[in-house]
Amino acid sequence: MLKTLSRLFIPKSSGDYARLGVLLALAGLILFGALRYDNFLSQFNILSFLRYNSMFALIALGMAFVIITGGIDLSVGAVAAMSSVVAAYLSPYGWLPGLAGGMAAGLVAGAINGVIVTRLRIQPFIATLAMMLAAYGTALLLANNQSVSVSYDTGFTTIGQDDFLGFPIPAWIAAFVYVLGWVFLERLPTGRHVLAIGDGEATANLMGLKVERTLFAVYALSGLLAGLAGVILASQFGAGQPTEGVGWELFAIASVVVGGTLLTGGSGSVGATLAGALLLAMVFNILNFENGLGWISLSAYWQSVIRGAFLLIVVVLQARLMKKTEAP
Amino acid sequence: MLLSMQDISKAFSGVAALRSASLSIAEGEVMALVGQNGAGKSTLIKILTGAYQRDTGLIRLEGEDVVFATPGQSQARGIATIYQEINLAPQRSVAENIYLSREPKTRFGLLDRRAMRDGAAAVLKTFNLDIDVDLPVAHFSAATRQMIAIARAVTQKARLVIMDEPTSSLDEREVAILFQTIRTLKKNGVAVLFIGHRLDELYEICDRVTIMRDGQTVAESAMADMPKMELVRHMLGKELAAFEAIARDGGSEAKPVRLLADGVGSGVRVRDVSLTVREGEISGLAGLLGSGRTETARILFGVDRLQSGAIRVDGRERDYNEPADAIADGIGLVSEDRKIDGIIPDMSIRENMTLALLPKLKKAGIVDRARQQEIVTHYIKALGVKCASPDQPIKELSGGNQQKVLLARWLCTDPRILIIDEPTRGIDIGAKAEILKLLRRLADEGLSVLMISSELEELLAAADHVTVLSDGRSVAALKRNELSETALLAAMAHQVN
Amino acid sequence: MTTIDTSAAPERAARPNVVRFLSRYGTFAAFVALLLFNIAVTPNFLSWQTLNVNLTQVATIVIVAVGMTLVIATGGIDLSVGSLMAIAGAAAPMIFMGKLLPIDNMGVLIILSFILPVLLAMAFGWFNGFLVARLSIQPIVATLVLFIAGRGLAQVATNGNLQVFKNPDFQFIAMGRIAGIPAQVIIMIVVVALAYCLVRYSVIGRQIIAVGGNEKAARLTGVPVRRVKTFVYVVSGALAGVAGLIVVARNSASDANLVGLGMELDAIAAVAVGGSLLTGGRANIIGTVLGAFVIQLVRYTLLANGVPDAAALIVKAGLIIVAVFIQQRADKV
Repeated sequence: MLKTLSRLFIPKSSGDYARLGVLLALAGLILFGALRYDNFLSQFNILSFLRYNSMFALIALGMAFVIITGGIDLSVGAVAAMSSVVAAYLSPYGWLPGLAGGMAAGLVAGAINGVIVTRLRIQPFIATLAMMLAAYGTALLLANNQSVSVSYDTGFTTIGQDDFLGFPIPAWIAAFVYVLGWVFLERLPTGRHVLAIGDGEATANLMGLKVERTLFAVYALSGLLAGLAGVILASQFGAGQPTEGVGWELFAIASVVVGGTLLTGGSGSVGATLAGALLLAMVFNILNFENGLGWISLSAYWQSVIRGAFLLIVVVLQARLMKKTEAP
Repeated sequence: MLLSMQDISKAFSGVAALRSASLSIAEGEVMALVGQNGAGKSTLIKILTGAYQRDTGLIRLEGEDVVFATPGQSQARGIATIYQEINLAPQRSVAENIYLSREPKTRFGLLDRRAMRDGAAAVLKTFNLDIDVDLPVAHFSAATRQMIAIARAVTQKARLVIMDEPTSSLDEREVAILFQTIRTLKKNGVAVLFIGHRLDELYEICDRVTIMRDGQTVAESAMADMPKMELVRHMLGKELAAFEAIARDGGSEAKPVRLLADGVGSGVRVRDVSLTVREGEISGLAGLLGSGRTETARILFGVDRLQSGAIRVDGRERDYNEPADAIADGIGLVSEDRKIDGIIPDMSIRENMTLALLPKLKKAGIVDRARQQEIVTHYIKALGVKCASPDQPIKELSGGNQQKVLLARWLCTDPRILIIDEPTRGIDIGAKAEILKLLRRLADEGLSVLMISSELEELLAAADHVTVLSDGRSVAALKRNELSETALLAAMAHQVN
Repeated sequence: MTTIDTSAAPERAARPNVVRFLSRYGTFAAFVALLLFNIAVTPNFLSWQTLNVNLTQVATIVIVAVGMTLVIATGGIDLSVGSLMAIAGAAAPMIFMGKLLPIDNMGVLIILSFILPVLLAMAFGWFNGFLVARLSIQPIVATLVLFIAGRGLAQVATNGNLQVFKNPDFQFIAMGRIAGIPAQVIIMIVVVALAYCLVRYSVIGRQIIAVGGNEKAARLTGVPVRRVKTFVYVVSGALAGVAGLIVVARNSASDANLVGLGMELDAIAAVAVGGSLLTGGRANIIGTVLGAFVIQLVRYTLLANGVPDAAALIVKAGLIIVAVFIQQRADKV
């Protein structure tokens, strides 16, 4: 424990620096918000912040695993949309069928990605780009081009809308999944293998790791988490949304990258990904408050510009770091 | 005997890579495996590790016949390989790398991180290495990384550790550490197969040596019973009568110096190389594998940056950023590995041939097809390139014809200096003589040629004078009248003279 | 000395191969099959109306896909094309509606509204090229930046509002006809012809192929690798800009949220279906045009026969995977 703590404050690798940076930035933003806006630390703001952003955090975690292997999953937003429709259709049969059905839909999509990447050896971005199309198509077909109301009688909406012990259930779900994700990546051999594969597939093969199987599992997992996010989406907004999810993959990628994970794979941390997702979400939360003050009026459209700028800065920094480490 | 491989043969689509090769190693023995590029060393190793399957022959491990279908199976039987590009996951910690794929686990299936950390530290300690095993492997020097890879092999109970050119990127101090590690392995009864080409190192650390040439094992003896000269002779072999001598005796000393390298260095591969190439001569550059020949050419051509020393072209000091700068000065480079550095496989002969000339072949940005065709037709005829048509993709040609096209790529730019690395690599014997004669003719017409070659007969037949490299340094400059097989061998075998 | 590189060629020629056949003629065969199917099944397929609809719809895809072909030929990818379309599409109406420049002369404004947006898109393309060629950032990631931020910039500039306009002079590029042929179709033909000549006959065109075919060898032969790479991203940006202008002119409105949405996919799909290997070294411009037509015809066929647009997305996804798979296989054999 002491060792972990000391590592946090005495960075040893470039990844450590990035993680430290994102934590400091997050703390700085919270401090800034708390000092500047009256209701920033109000119960309402905190709870709605957590409720809404849990979905994105879930998707970011799946994306983190994929990116750690050196791949990318562009289909998560569309898969979440598709899963929200499936969950909405199944919600009348009970909250469990809704939950399970939505997650299953995501899992199937992720598994197909996994097969295309590992068996057909098609580049991840092409495979998942195609899945993005297919999942949107499926969502629109299933939903007949409109949103699908969920049942309010079976407790399905509890998943996204209610609280447990004072905290939103989506936040509990995300927290639980992140703890599992942390244990997986940091404490289970397979998790370490995911990292090693991202460090170099050929090497991992020579070291006796089961590369194909692990890659498949990672894409399937990303799909599963996108499915879970879709279930929360449907439950929170009371409807399956076939056209939601546009740009979610970018939010997830940006979160992962801001969290210090190299897009070339081989490094990454669950905690920093969460911090990255929270950081990006916090930027928009603050933007909203700032607009509320009335001094400036930045439209919501600045969001994507800021996201892009964040990505640019981090990517350029990473490229420079990589160049430095390459030179002996 | 720990391992014995007998009569191993292997052919790739009809071309023999190994012809009845053999290798045997006893427990706790350090065996050197030497041979030129293409001698069959790596094929033999790959058959041993299960990456390739043999066509015929027998492999016995600890007295038992074995067949390895995959690298995993040979690893399970205690054969570990330390590759040149050390195969570790660079961003993972030292402890993880040592245990990856065989992690110690707690009762709950979680990683037993303490056991990993302690185990890793303990095994490294036996090699006198005291490092923080939580740091990523990329943090450490090449030598330390190598030792980590060896430690991994040891924890996996390796009986035989294969090291593929382990010293190629190490400095002297690091080499000493590595050798200490090898001695520790030996003491524990682990056998080491050491593939290398720095002779002094082989004599220092190895007990026995196996020499391969042309897919065969040509000699096997105790290191002490094998004089250096003899070893080099076995490696290089000879078909000296194959070429008629086409070099010129003297006469070129009066000509102006075109290319001069003065104490050139860059990284660990090239430390201190000096050489000259005069107008109208073929200057040879010799040295064993790994002596820094190709790397020297890369520096002269602006591919790698010059770090020390000076390069003069026609008397002016030059420090090229990019090959394009060297090309602008009238230099051309035909590289050693055609596939990786030479041909654009899917493009036609015509385009491969005129790629370097292209900027001069344009009228308002458009390729002058008529002139291009004229040039291509001329060189196809002049060099005797055998092809169906100039529009045939170059990948369909034989090695010799590809080489002619690449030669023509530079000739058509009308260069003044041509650096040619292994001009006859992978070319059949008839085409070899033809290419050498062609170089001679070009030199007679005024071209300055720097010919890098690992084949003695080629240097003896064609070079007007030869600079010999050893371990990144130029150790001898032999004039035509001093050139002989013995002189070359002596210069190559001894690191300093 | 042993080599193993000599015997591959004859073997390859001797083995008749379905995959190779498909990779070479599959797109054309699919195109012909789609035509025949439509002639037989789809009502009123053989009409000027149908031809017009399909040509105008495919024009922008083809224009962008041509730029994408060049980028992919160097071994890169450009995900930002849709966003650059939105930027150009947002800028043009702002210019000719006089919001940006204090110029009163309508003729000048119209000309500027053609030129400036395209220059703007080229500048962004140069930025992509800078990230890829100078900073050595993977093309997917480098162009992802503008993929996200580019559309945002267009939205910010227009405040996300729909710009509705009616300006026959500007809209000539989409609505006008020359000798009965829609102007955008003519632009498409010109772009295709220029790109075809560029690839086939120009020095830089051949250098593009060389860089994608073997970057190391190209550098060793003096090819200015960085300049070549930057060039293709600039061209891709310019063509995306042109396509953006056409789209807004066609719609009589510019909606930064929608212009060019998903275009990167259509363009990549057209290149892949058109037979250029996604790993670079080949630029089959005519193939890309065919690929775009196949994708357009598939969509048209499904729609005309009552299959919903959403299903067409799924078919397109399958088409991309199959095409890429066949190209990769054919290259390996």
